[in-house]
Amino acid sequence: MRTALGVVAAMLVALSISCSRRPAEPVAKPPAATPSAIVEVSGGKQVSTVGTQLDQPLVVQVNNSQGAPVAGAPVRFRSANGVVFQPVSGVTGSDGQFTFAVTLGSLAGRYQIAVSTTGTGGKVIETRITELALGFEENKGRQLGDFYCARCHDPESTPERVSNHDNLVAQPHAFDDGAFLNKIGDGDLLAIISHGGPALGKSAEMPPYEHTLNKADIAALVAYIRAVADPPYQSGEAVYAQR
Amino acid sequence: MAIRKKLASTWARLFGDSARAFGTLGLVVLVLLAIVPARDHFREWYRYQKGYLLLIRGRDDAVTLQRRLQTGVQQTWIPDLNVVDRCSSCHVALKEAGLRGAVTQPFRPHPPIPHSLDQFGCVMCHRGQGVATTVEEAHRSTKAWEQPILPARYFESSCGQCHSDKLTGTPRLNAGRTLLARYGCVHCHTLTLPDGSRLAPTDVPPSLAHVGEKTTREWIYAWIKNPQAYSGTATMPNFQLSDNDARDISAFALAQSMPLTDTTAPAASTAPSDGDALQAGTSLYGESFCASCHAMQNAAGLLVGGDVGPELTRIGTKAKPEWLRQWVRNPKAYDPGTKMSHYRFDEKQLSLIEGFLESKTDPDFTANVHLEPATAQQIAHGKLLVTEMGCAICHEINGLQKPEDFAPDLKLVGARPLEKIVFLPGMPRALPAYIEAKIKQPRSFGSALKMPQFTIATSQVDNLVTALLAQTDRASTLPASLRVAGHSPSSYEPAGTAGRLMQDLNCFSCHSINGHGGDMAPDLSWEGSAVQRDWLFNFFKDPNTLRPALIRRMPKFNLTDQEANALTDYILTAYQTPAFERDSIHPDSDSAAIEQGRQLFYSKYACQACHIVDPKKDKGYVGPTLTQVGSRLNAAWVFQWLKGPQASRPGTLEPDWKMSDADARSLTAFLMAQKGHGAPQEGTRR
Repeated sequence: MRTALGVVAAMLVALSISCSRRPAEPVAKPPAATPSAIVEVSGGKQVSTVGTQLDQPLVVQVNNSQGAPVAGAPVRFRSANGVVFQPVSGVTGSDGQFTFAVTLGSLAGRYQIAVSTTGTGGKVIETRITELALGFEENKGRQLGDFYCARCHDPESTPERVSNHDNLVAQPHAFDDGAFLNKIGDGDLLAIISHGGPALGKSAEMPPYEHTLNKADIAALVAYIRAVADPPYQSGEAVYAQR
Repeated sequence: MAIRKKLASTWARLFGDSARAFGTLGLVVLVLLAIVPARDHFREWYRYQKGYLLLIRGRDDAVTLQRRLQTGVQQTWIPDLNVVDRCSSCHVALKEAGLRGAVTQPFRPHPPIPHSLDQFGCVMCHRGQGVATTVEEAHRSTKAWEQPILPARYFESSCGQCHSDKLTGTPRLNAGRTLLARYGCVHCHTLTLPDGSRLAPTDVPPSLAHVGEKTTREWIYAWIKNPQAYSGTATMPNFQLSDNDARDISAFALAQSMPLTDTTAPAASTAPSDGDALQAGTSLYGESFCASCHAMQNAAGLLVGGDVGPELTRIGTKAKPEWLRQWVRNPKAYDPGTKMSHYRFDEKQLSLIEGFLESKTDPDFTANVHLEPATAQQIAHGKLLVTEMGCAICHEINGLQKPEDFAPDLKLVGARPLEKIVFLPGMPRALPAYIEAKIKQPRSFGSALKMPQFTIATSQVDNLVTALLAQTDRASTLPASLRVAGHSPSSYEPAGTAGRLMQDLNCFSCHSINGHGGDMAPDLSWEGSAVQRDWLFNFFKDPNTLRPALIRRMPKFNLTDQEANALTDYILTAYQTPAFERDSIHPDSDSAAIEQGRQLFYSKYACQACHIVDPKKDKGYVGPTLTQVGSRLNAAWVFQWLKGPQASRPGTLEPDWKMSDADARSLTAFLMAQKGHGAPQEGTRR
């Protein structure tokens, strides 16, 4: 009992000292250390599968009003149920950045992640990052697309896979080219993949896949193309965000 | 007193005479009867079914949806599979594809899968308690239930309970099984595929019978302390040895090593070390396509190359120069089980390669290792440790037998009952969490456990857990009609002189024949039907580039004419497809037919999108170059290939056109006319 009283007394003393000291410090906070914006550095718009950790971590940076990084700023996340952040919150490092791993929920679709920090006067500054989780069918479409389609439809070359995109007369559309592909209906998309480009008056450089892939495979490809479309295929589609 | 009086008057009012008593009892019975149906109103599924009706109310198709809704507890009963699922009592819209993307759980329609929900039910794939009718009991592992619902990231494990093949839709399961085979898990643990076959290792841990020839005790010490410090991609796990244990094991490793008996090889001359020789060695390393199998860090610090053999970034620190030279001269002399090819290098080439590889050093790796000469006691202790840890399971070690049944059998680990598992404090009471912890931190379950620490990325751990959760007896309990046919593993080995040559060159490290071999290079099962004799002979002598876009390529083995002839003859005789006769097609050679084929090639089929016939005009970069296909391939093969490529080589990228005979004949005529005269040699256009 006596020790407890002693502890309380010591805390009160410490508190009074710290309170009495505070006015001695300069009151004006240096504006350089005040967060005024939070921006994504890398890791947005990744394509993953349901329930799995994103391949790349998310990196965000907190800046002040001059655009310079702010160290020691608090960073918090919010998203739909089932989305796991590691670590769950923290403060920015000396470069003003904070890195965290994200595991998406078990439902297929787009996930919105709200990353926020606290500015002057407790104002919440927030940015939103979207990630994509593929379900079974879309993921199967992705595997098929990577094998059969990406050589021409993905303009990016890697050392393991040189892109054939620029060698073609008619430039193939990347699968996430929503601006173009969203305008093509499911039936037409199925027809182009099944019967080749000429089926819709397009280039013969796009071969028919009806004898190579079965109907379910081609439907999976269409599902994948719809899932990765940017802008999204259906503007009203569900986005998993904070409940 | 007043209370007693009041009770008495109430009693008299309710049961005062027989008519009153009958009426009161009747009311009581009515109330009791009403409780039974009313009770359902408080069930969770009733609330969800009500919620569903509210949800669909505003929709255009509300009437149809409502008509299809079956109220009350719903049950899928499949006696054959021992499935009793009541999930659809709450998940009422599983089959309403029209609601996709519009609603959230528990009303999401099931995404399209290759199986019917009515045929397999839910728990076959999702686990959980099928018979439960509350959210908590159905999904979570409460005290009374064994099986919580399977987290989404392990879904593919359910496919792996019945399917042995690598399905397109299960990349994580496939990757997990590949890892189990590659990281040597199956050396110690028994793991099986659903078809009953054992999962076989794909790594070849080196023999240690002559390790003293290869490297120093200091290197062995540093390596066994932390293999990943030498090479980040090393598959050898970290046994977390103490300094003394590492000292004693390195002492034993050298003590048991025997000198190589092969003294016929000429004594090693010192490799030239001037800049020109180093440059020439670098070129020879590149020209020999060593990078098809071995990775090396480039100037930017990026790892470039294949993962069949070990990383060579610091090879000069590990390998003694004289050993390195003898090894490249003939790897099988040192380790008969190696995957490395026996290149026929001459002495000058050996010097260049040796000089280049010895220049790849990292003195820091062994800088802090200072070992006193080993004592007999240390060697004996090292042997004891090596025996206890089971090193001989993977490595050949003189004087030690390979132990049997060294580690727990994991054939049924995916169905291990929770009551048989000792969970660590603070760990979720679920099988996937247990397996994950076992892989990530095996020694956290007890410091005396033998399982070493593997260096595996998080995503790869998920893949491994997926593959291990598939280790159940589900496939063997399925009714015969649902069994999935497996593939019988092939142990095909070619015979005779050519067979010995193919073993010596280790063709099977990259190529597959009759179901046996690697998948880096084309399957050669029907190669004898595909190619022309002269081309094949010349290809062995000087492999040029058929697919310019590939970085993994056929190396030049410096074969003699006799060797190249033996291989060519064997392949042309033995590897013939039964599907058609080799000389069944004689291509039209008149210009009209060829011109017809050209039209088909460039317009109807647009083959130039992927292939090059005219190097000045065509740019296609996906398929092999066809500038001299008429000198390379056999006409019947070309014709059959055009008719259906997958029939000739399953899984090939070229789409099947179901081409008519007439079109295939014309195209064959055009292609067989491409003899490559005047066109630049492909090999020079890399």
